[in-house]
Amino acid sequence: MAERAGEKTVRSNRTDDPVAAIELLKVTRSFGSRKVLHEIDLAILRGELFGLLGPSGSGKTTLVKLIAGLDAPSGGSVLLLGERMPNRRVLGRVGYMAQSDALYSELTGKQNLEFFASLYGLSGARRTERIASVMKLVDLTEHLNKPVSAYSGGMKRRLSLAVSLLHEPELLLLDEPTVGIDPVLRQSIWTELLSLRDKGITIVLTTHVMDEADRCDRIGLIREGRLTAVDSPEGLKRASGASTIEEAFIVLGGGTRA
Amino acid sequence: MRIRALALRIVRQFIRDRRTIALLFLAPLLVLTLMYFVFNGQSVKPDLATIGIPAEWHSKLEQAGAKIEPYSSLPEAEADLRKGKLSAILSTEGNRFSVRLEGSDPSESKSALLLIQQTLQSDIERDLTSSAWSAKLDISYEHGEGRLTSFDSFGPVLVGFFSFFFVFLLAGVAFLREKTTGTLERLMASPIRRFEVVFGYLAGFGVFTILQATLIAWFSIQALGLYMDGSFWLVLLTNLLLSLVALTLGTLLSTFAGSEFQIIQFIPLVIVPQVFFSGLFNLDAMNPWLQKLSYAMPLYYGADALRGIMLRGEDLPDIQIDIYALLAFSIAFIVLNMAALRKQRAF
Ligand SMILES: Nc1ncnc2c1ncn2[C@@H]1O[C@H](COP(=O)(O)OP(=O)(O)OP(=O)(O)O)[C@@H](O)[C@H]1O
Ligand SMILES: [Mg+2]
Repeated sequence: MAERAGEKTVRSNRTDDPVAAIELLKVTRSFGSRKVLHEIDLAILRGELFGLLGPSGSGKTTLVKLIAGLDAPSGGSVLLLGERMPNRRVLGRVGYMAQSDALYSELTGKQNLEFFASLYGLSGARRTERIASVMKLVDLTEHLNKPVSAYSGGMKRRLSLAVSLLHEPELLLLDEPTVGIDPVLRQSIWTELLSLRDKGITIVLTTHVMDEADRCDRIGLIREGRLTAVDSPEGLKRASGASTIEEAFIVLGGGTRA
Repeated sequence: MRIRALALRIVRQFIRDRRTIALLFLAPLLVLTLMYFVFNGQSVKPDLATIGIPAEWHSKLEQAGAKIEPYSSLPEAEADLRKGKLSAILSTEGNRFSVRLEGSDPSESKSALLLIQQTLQSDIERDLTSSAWSAKLDISYEHGEGRLTSFDSFGPVLVGFFSFFFVFLLAGVAFLREKTTGTLERLMASPIRRFEVVFGYLAGFGVFTILQATLIAWFSIQALGLYMDGSFWLVLLTNLLLSLVALTLGTLLSTFAGSEFQIIQFIPLVIVPQVFFSGLFNLDAMNPWLQKLSYAMPLYYGADALRGIMLRGEDLPDIQIDIYALLAFSIAFIVLNMAALRKQRAF
């Protein structure tokens, strides 16, 4: 609990903190002899909504896991919220949503949330209040007491998102958060993400969807483990002379117009 | 706090999963009951063919539990013996007695021979000067007063085995599922410590393990009437420690398994050898070097302690070596589990 009190003070002066939320310095990751990430240098600022865009197998998930501390880089270093990774405590200030839903299907949505909330040190009335609040956010309040095995794919995705928001993290790492979610709900989730960003929360998400990329503050294009471009959507379009992100992605990503 | 949350979650998952609960609690009782009926039934009545035996011996043998079938000729009896209709032929030739045993079922032959020896030895000694049977047997028992059935003698091993086996299986599968569904990774993305994961599992499973160990011990002693000469609490303690080893070993090995089926593949590798070395089979005839393998097997210590307590009424000082060995196994596996979790999170 003392730990959490400390976090509060950090959070209150976060917006005018110039330090980057995430700093990657020459990060590489190899599986065996195969290099999956090549010397990634990237700084993501506090309060930024950053999108990682890249084709399947380009290394987005690998990069997000490195940032989340679930994996260690083969070379280079990761700084998270000013702390050098690995660092267990800083994980309490990060919300993580994996690409595949990590939920206990035997348990109800509420029991899942109660469990994860306890892992982040939430208890009692505050836990109840947070659970109600995130479930309202993802529009699952009426399914709170259903077992997760009876949830649809999109409902599970939303519950995963709710889990990552439970402890009011100052940094959100979302790996393809809107896959399998219908357009109406996706709209409302994006509205929420933008309002979280406006509250000063740093968000890093991966996506395949171009119109989502367009709404990010900045985008990192990743291709075969290399960060090929990092800029705002407008900047990318300007640099590539393209009118849409999709075209810019094709031009900047591989250097060829396929 | 996190340990408690993890334990509570495991309990909740378990309660939702009726089949698994049944496997943990009812399967051991079912198998124990079956074993009880197989090994504790009425002792087999040997079928004895007699040729030229005094009539008063017939009634004596019959009282001792044999089924007597008088034959008039030896070849006729031998034909039936060959077909397996008889357990033994008892015959006289002049003043020599001979017993011919069927022999394909060692335990049946043994009981037939024993029965003949015990009922007739005094008569044979008195009536004839047969050199073979002249020594008078004086039978007495150190333990069990001769009332022990084979179920009594390996029952304690079974009690330990079931605690071990089912907890190993369930813990292995539960932890594996945590890994394959990605929830373990999600767990490690939170500021949980590695030891908290391991102890959370110990606490959550511990609840069911205590219940299971109590139920198995109670059922086998009270309901099946397993011979019990020692303290129930010591039986419970030993069973608990065995389950602890099973739990930590199960979660450890699940790190090396990619699917539920691969957990099953550990059974012949990890469980079956332990059964052989646990005291179900007498190892005295085995190569002494091979016998030493049993020291590496947790079930050996558990079974040794349980037999000591239940059959010989041993107390804590007598079984302390076993207790320490089980504790050492658990601690070693806990440490290895924490190390194995490095695979999930680098720190
Ligand atoms: N544990 C692993 N062992 C070996 N190779 C791996 C491992 N994890 C990922 N890879 C490889 O690293 C590359 C990048 O994978 P990654 O999951 O990061 O892609 P991605 O960009 O997230 O793709 P997608 O959009 O399909 O989710 C892939 O070629 C994959 O085969
Ligand atoms: Mg991915």
